[in-house]
Amino acid sequence: MDYPFAIAAVILAALVLYALGGGADFGGGVWDLFASGSTAERQRALIAHAIGPIWEANHVWLILVIVLLFVCFPLAFAAIGTALHIPLTLMLIGVILRGAAFTFRTYDRRDPGTQRRWSRVFAIGSVVTPVMLGVCVGAVLSGRIGVDLATGVVATDYISEWLAPFPFALGLFALALFAYLAAVYLTMETAEPDLRRAFRARALWAAVATGVMAWVCFFLARDGAPHMHAGLAGRNWSLPFQVTTGAVALAAIAALWKERYALARLIAAGQVTLVILGWGFSQYPWLVEPDLTIRNAAAPPQVLRLMLIALAAGAVLLLPSLWFLFRLFKSARQPGRS
Amino acid sequence: MSDLLAARLDMAISLGFHILFACAGIAMPLFMVVSEHRWLRTRDPVDLELTKRWLKGTAILFAVGAVSGTVLSFELGLLWPRFMQWAGPVIGMPFSLEGFAFFLEAIFIGIYLYGWDRVPPRVHWWSGVVVAASGCLSGIFVVTANAWMNTPVGFRMVNGQVTDVDPIAAMLNPHALQQTIHMTIAAYLAIAFMAMGIHALAILRGSTQRIHRNALSILLPIAAVTAVLQPLSGDFSAKQVARWQPAKLAAMEGHWETERHAPLIIGGLPDEQAETTRWAIRIPSLLSFMAHGRPDAEVKGLKDFPRDERPPVAITHLSFQIMVGCGLAMLATGLLGTLLLRWRRPLADTRWYLRLLVLVAPLGLLAVEAGWIVTEVGRQPWIVYGVMRTADAVTPMPGLIFPLAAIAAIYLFLGVVVVVLLKRQVFAPSEVETAPASPPTPPPGER
Repeated sequence: MDYPFAIAAVILAALVLYALGGGADFGGGVWDLFASGSTAERQRALIAHAIGPIWEANHVWLILVIVLLFVCFPLAFAAIGTALHIPLTLMLIGVILRGAAFTFRTYDRRDPGTQRRWSRVFAIGSVVTPVMLGVCVGAVLSGRIGVDLATGVVATDYISEWLAPFPFALGLFALALFAYLAAVYLTMETAEPDLRRAFRARALWAAVATGVMAWVCFFLARDGAPHMHAGLAGRNWSLPFQVTTGAVALAAIAALWKERYALARLIAAGQVTLVILGWGFSQYPWLVEPDLTIRNAAAPPQVLRLMLIALAAGAVLLLPSLWFLFRLFKSARQPGRS
Repeated sequence: MSDLLAARLDMAISLGFHILFACAGIAMPLFMVVSEHRWLRTRDPVDLELTKRWLKGTAILFAVGAVSGTVLSFELGLLWPRFMQWAGPVIGMPFSLEGFAFFLEAIFIGIYLYGWDRVPPRVHWWSGVVVAASGCLSGIFVVTANAWMNTPVGFRMVNGQVTDVDPIAAMLNPHALQQTIHMTIAAYLAIAFMAMGIHALAILRGSTQRIHRNALSILLPIAAVTAVLQPLSGDFSAKQVARWQPAKLAAMEGHWETERHAPLIIGGLPDEQAETTRWAIRIPSLLSFMAHGRPDAEVKGLKDFPRDERPPVAITHLSFQIMVGCGLAMLATGLLGTLLLRWRRPLADTRWYLRLLVLVAPLGLLAVEAGWIVTEVGRQPWIVYGVMRTADAVTPMPGLIFPLAAIAAIYLFLGVVVVVLLKRQVFAPSEVETAPASPPTPPPGER
């Protein structure tokens, strides 16, 4: 068995699940910021109701990815931690503010002033985190973080790798994608027609924004991430994959337009899955371009084998628990409870 | 400030902040399931209200613990990439197991918090048990990884390259057992005393409500038992440190001369220039006996270590004294409470004992912080004892004072908010007891 490849596949799968769960939680924070109209306060309440029981569990996928990275691809972890110190620190500040403010808002006074202050912090954290995550991914894809394989010394000036158009375009793309996913999910969280319509409209606008940012990223990748651009445009799998992703995106919009919300949720989740997979495939076999690949950055095989065993054993406990959690709070039986 | 010092302070603040919330995340779920179990037996609404009130506090503490723990897992790479690039695979096993334990904890705390009206009471209680067990396990796994930094095994270093990595051997390193026992007991001990002090304060402020009495009756047995166990576990830990990290032991003791019949040095102030510890009480032969089991055993002194391999002595020694002092104060308080109960004096009516509980309340958490300073500062100048120096592990990134300032400011802010919110939760009058005519059933979705 190809251990490094298997671990990389697990990381990619964890990233997909993080996007589908944690990403949508951040998207919820975006809609808290843009809550408007006569239903604004009910929108905020619905968002809080939707993410309350699950955001901490969704968040753990990110920690799992980090642990897998430093155990199984330690050179990549060290290179990313060194070169992307600044955007990662900003992302962490977003993580802290989002989680803390969300909880503080729940348990602080109910008066509008207090609630609004925490809402603002929660929303800012929810915007900063996905943008900075996207920036870091963009920097990793840019091919500018050089690593000496023998010594692990990282060639970086700590700034130019991420402070560039392509990483920030990718950050905005991540923000739009997560906001879109959250709005689609939220249409299924309520049975009240006016709230549903509000989030349907938001989902459609966010779908447009996501599409625009996807094209901007693709255009900027030509200079900003040449390897990835070549991967997305030039390989034999890439054109069918792109077409499929685009078709799925259009199908999700159509389902939203027709108010087939359950279907839209399913297709949108599929679309986000394809986007993350597309990122993973276009990057293959690199972890940090141009020097670190899945093979040359991998930990010794006995470590990877043990990790795969631990992952399998952990999954036996974890997956039924997750299923139980989501069945309890996200089943279609009780929409609209708030 | 040098970048190395900024990185060390950043790590120290991040750990020192997180550990308070981690302790609460380990101990509070145990208290809650005990109280909920009482409610399931008695159906006394006060027991249910106590459970829910603890739960509200725990929800706040758990969320801050989760985000500050995330910060730590990133900081390993942000601050110490040259350490992680070789050590990551070696200590990966406990970290990944911790990931799973934390995952379970996060899933079931969601169910426990929000599932009151969605699952049967038994299932709800068992969710709490899973939270308590997985919280305890994730603490154990993380401490195991730290123990490896003190007693690194499970690999060979050949010409600066790591070979023969054995993650299981690394996980089962010599310090793993003593450190996990000591830290786990510390979590329950510190949080039990903290919670007792808060409830005692509420009674002293005039609350006659049963909710606080019930809380004391749940917490005192846990506090007393852990207070008795902790010195025993500490003795075991000290013997292990004496065996594996003699420089740390000497620094803990402020012990400079290698000698037989080494005295136990209590208090005093180590002077690192003059290589002596002044104004201390010395009990002859006791250190030899405590460290090695024989009064005539030889204990290596700091002078026998090169200056560049000695940890900062004053910080380590003082922190150790503070930890032991806090532990003994809690031991005495716990035993006294047990005696009062045997004499059938209700604790809640013994005002001087309540005042004592308030006074002792912060000592457990103080001891936790002091104990971590002993472990971490006492290991210096090494990040991996005898293998890699902390100075060689730090990131080449300049300007580390900026992330340090940012983290310090954010954590100060969060700390203040948490205290304010908890205070409001704790001192709110009991809803059940204030309106005894019609005990309100919680509205759906309320937690």
